[in-house]
Amino acid sequence: MVKNEVTLHVNGETRSLYIRNAETLLYTLREKLGLTGAKPGCLNGDCGACTVEVNGAAIKSCIMLTIEAANQQITTVEGLQDAPIQTQFVEKFAFQCGYCTPGFIMNCNTLIEKYPEANETVIKKWLESNICRCTGYKEIEDAVKAVLTSNQADSSV
Amino acid sequence: MISYDFEYAKPATIDEALDQFQTFEKQGKNPIYFSGGTEIITLGRKNRIVTNAVIDIKAIPECTVIQKQEGKLVLGAALSLTEVIEQNVFPLLSEIAMEIADNTARNKITLGGNICSNIVYKEAVLPFLLTESEAMIATKKGLERRPFTKRFNQQLQLGQGEFLVQVTTKESDLTLPFLTMKKRKQWDVGYPLLTTAALQKESRVKVAFSGLCAFPFRNEQLEHRLNACQLSNDERIEQAIREVDTPLLDDVHGSAEYRKFVLKNSLMDVLNAFEGADRRW
Repeated sequence: MVKNEVTLHVNGETRSLYIRNAETLLYTLREKLGLTGAKPGCLNGDCGACTVEVNGAAIKSCIMLTIEAANQQITTVEGLQDAPIQTQFVEKFAFQCGYCTPGFIMNCNTLIEKYPEANETVIKKWLESNICRCTGYKEIEDAVKAVLTSNQADSSV
Repeated sequence: MISYDFEYAKPATIDEALDQFQTFEKQGKNPIYFSGGTEIITLGRKNRIVTNAVIDIKAIPECTVIQKQEGKLVLGAALSLTEVIEQNVFPLLSEIAMEIADNTARNKITLGGNICSNIVYKEAVLPFLLTESEAMIATKKGLERRPFTKRFNQQLQLGQGEFLVQVTTKESDLTLPFLTMKKRKQWDVGYPLLTTAALQKESRVKVAFSGLCAFPFRNEQLEHRLNACQLSNDERIEQAIREVDTPLLDDVHGSAEYRKFVLKNSLMDVLNAFEGADRRW
């Protein structure tokens, strides 16, 4: 078995560990680091349940090798500390069974950071990356809009 | 999870990548180049791609370049589709790329990865089939630059150990009037029934397709019929469709007959869009 030592920067902490080159980031986060927020869904890059942030970009961790993420800045849902989008998911009831929620939150959080003035079209385009089988899309969209509106109001004061 | 193991190398130069390929080969491994890696990872999980060694080209500076030089736009093969879209230096390519996979996946899928993929659609190819573009290939003899249309025949023609470094496009072609249409069976994300890219140059319409047959293509005979201005639009389209010389896809996304119907409508949209117009659509 081919193994390499890699250094990962996850949620502000630096961790060194041995991984198989063929290991996906999703597997390493869950099975080696105990960060089970990123969820295995399709394992095919379709559903978005495993979304994390890598260097500020939303990435489906099932289609990234861990070795590709070496020395990159990784944030999982565990790394968000009461982020506004988390609060709004609660306020807007933007989840039902909750399985897709961490992936949606990471994608929405990246959207809000990258496009603080995102319009309807941009929001819809971004939300297409994740699947919610309980079909809570409207509430999720409402949560994103609530954060954007609140941030815009704060910045105009 | 990929069940088998492989070696992983991340060379910093083109020469290192080529040498690494040879080294792995001599060791009896069957190396493959790795850019975004999405296809290798997803098909690897199902054992439909099996390799003992991958060579990641993302650390090679020439593969991540995005710049204009000597009247040409140079795009590195390891640029993510998101980078291509956000830079928007080639609007036709941006529009096509914007419909490939989804927003998050495009952060990982690369331009070269899509062009060289096994998937039948390879939609990023279409803009390069329609413009004066060249593929720069790393070979054992050095870098080879060849017209993209000559290098692409059903798939990018690469010799053993070769890889795509860059694609260059004549700068004056970047702003030509164009039209793109992606018709799906349903929803806004997913594989196409038919993706059409059309471009108008010197009053002639050029058109390329993905999803119609088992590979993306541009057919000059079809274009010739489509540009026969002395005929009615219906006649032009009828004759153009007869020039499709490859079996149409007939699968769960749509029957061959339905694809033909969608093709007919798409060609009508193309003609209507460019009729008497010299502007970007």
